[in-house]
Amino acid sequence: MISGTRGDNAVPRVVIAPPPSSARAQRRGSEKLREGLAGWLFLVPNIVLLGLFVFVPIVWAVVISFQETNGFGVGEFVGMANYERLVSDPLFWRSAANTLLFTLIVTPLSMGMGLGAAVLLNSVLPARGLFRSILILPMAISGVATALIGVLVFNENNGILGNVLRFVGLPDVNWQSGGFAAFASIVLVTLWWRVGFNMLIYLAGLQAIGPELYEAAELDGAGAWARFRNVTVPLLGPSSFFLLILNVIFSFQVFDIVFVMTGGGPQNATSVLVTYAYDTGFVTRDQGYAAAIGVVLLLVTFVFTVVRWRTSRGRDLVE
Amino acid sequence: MTALSPSLQVAIVRDTIERTNPIRKTGPRARKGSRGGLVARVTGAIVVSLVVLFPLYWMLVVAFSSRSELLGGTVRLWPRSLTIENFERVLAGFPIATWFGNSVAISATVAILSVLVNLLGGYALAQLKFRGSNVVFLIALTSLMIPVQVIMVPLFRLVTNLGLYGSYWAVILPTAASAFGLFLARQFILSIPRDLIEAARIDGASHVRVFTRIVLPLSKPLIAVLFFMSLLQSWNDFAWPLIALKQNELFTLPIGLLYLQGQFGSDFGATMAFALINVVPMVVLFLVFQRYFVQGFVRSGIK
Repeated sequence: MISGTRGDNAVPRVVIAPPPSSARAQRRGSEKLREGLAGWLFLVPNIVLLGLFVFVPIVWAVVISFQETNGFGVGEFVGMANYERLVSDPLFWRSAANTLLFTLIVTPLSMGMGLGAAVLLNSVLPARGLFRSILILPMAISGVATALIGVLVFNENNGILGNVLRFVGLPDVNWQSGGFAAFASIVLVTLWWRVGFNMLIYLAGLQAIGPELYEAAELDGAGAWARFRNVTVPLLGPSSFFLLILNVIFSFQVFDIVFVMTGGGPQNATSVLVTYAYDTGFVTRDQGYAAAIGVVLLLVTFVFTVVRWRTSRGRDLVE
Repeated sequence: MTALSPSLQVAIVRDTIERTNPIRKTGPRARKGSRGGLVARVTGAIVVSLVVLFPLYWMLVVAFSSRSELLGGTVRLWPRSLTIENFERVLAGFPIATWFGNSVAISATVAILSVLVNLLGGYALAQLKFRGSNVVFLIALTSLMIPVQVIMVPLFRLVTNLGLYGSYWAVILPTAASAFGLFLARQFILSIPRDLIEAARIDGASHVRVFTRIVLPLSKPLIAVLFFMSLLQSWNDFAWPLIALKQNELFTLPIGLLYLQGQFGSDFGATMAFALINVVPMVVLFLVFQRYFVQGFVRSGIK
């Protein structure tokens, strides 16, 4: 786990309250003890729920990943066999590559589009509130419904997008049967679903930037692009950092859209690690192997987050 | 300057005055307000909004179009006739009322539990000083990056061993433990002045009393945010309920929606009618609660 000092620089912005002053601490020794007891008692419900339903299963997942089991009865210990199988499993590598590709495409695009939309909707604009409401509306829609709307749009037989493309005179795109196009459709639907959230976070960040900074930059002769590049972007650093972590985590975990829209097909072109783990664990019921996939996914996410936290120290000082 | 047209001269002079006047009231907002820029921005905002709204509009059109029109491919962008036959077919073929009730029961319970648990925990982490509180907080935060698919196999066994399988609690309890909620609560309660709490303590109030008399009344926006966000998340949750709810009569709306799609295949009218039943309640609540929702993000210090 992450050590306390390292975590102090973590984003989501962890605000560590100052320690009680030494005078106060001396005045009330027993008060301190009572406060500690109260603190732990207030935390009991959280510790029990998170411990029982998140951290116990994590440890258990590691144990199961060394077993061969279909979920019924006691599993058989097989050592590293599941992990060895992973190394030579083409579908695992395909899913891992798809997950990585999806993350590399969706993260910068949703952040960039979110930033663009935030800048646009932070400027002078009639009906600005209405536009903002519209853009964050997809946040309220379930992943399954979003994916089904995606099917409606991208369906090859009578999807609306195909009809529009034909009407304009463009060639048909095999959104469902073509691997590349199917992957693209997943990306597009995900962007539709996620950009609003990115915009919302950036909008909050933009509103915290004082206008005097822009005025100063303008007095120094900075043009619109220079102001954006040298004032807006650096001052949005904490928002970008928070969004980067969240987008990567969400992309690693993309499930609803893929599961409902393509089920990982055609020919595994859209199979990602979580859908593969689900199929392995609850369709073919090869649960030891599914646990091993999960452990690998966990390790990758964990390493990414820790690396990102460590390399972000300088940026947090700028803030 | 003689070669320039009069209107351009005026523009240059006005521009120069604006640039050299140190006390003009031009924030970044006013400065960007040239007319051409405004048209471009409004156009941009409209285009983006249409991209977001069109799929939703199309969902409405399909949900209210007759089956024959859908099969014949004669549905128009601006339909001439609307029908509720898709809704009738869906309501007749599936226990929608039961599934709707399941969704309400599960998400409301998750929301209430989440408010209770995270307010308590958030108060402890924000205002009470004790050894280990930061460690607990950071460990809790790490759970944010754990997808349910990583722990689904053991979690399913755990839920079965605890005797929860086959009841709402199989979904409610694992969902109620949300590190994000704890994070939001902690950040919000940090903004309550510590002096206020210290003063109450000196007056002899117990920690429970401080919590109920000071922290709770000041946390109304937080309660709204936590309640609504948990409600929304739980209402739309898919991956874990898909695993934990195998009995038809326990399905929530998203699971029922997937089930219906499996049964009705390419009957888009029926699928979209049901999808609307799933989507509309949260969209309405979302628009009503939007202020709290946005406020929650801003006040929790995520900037």
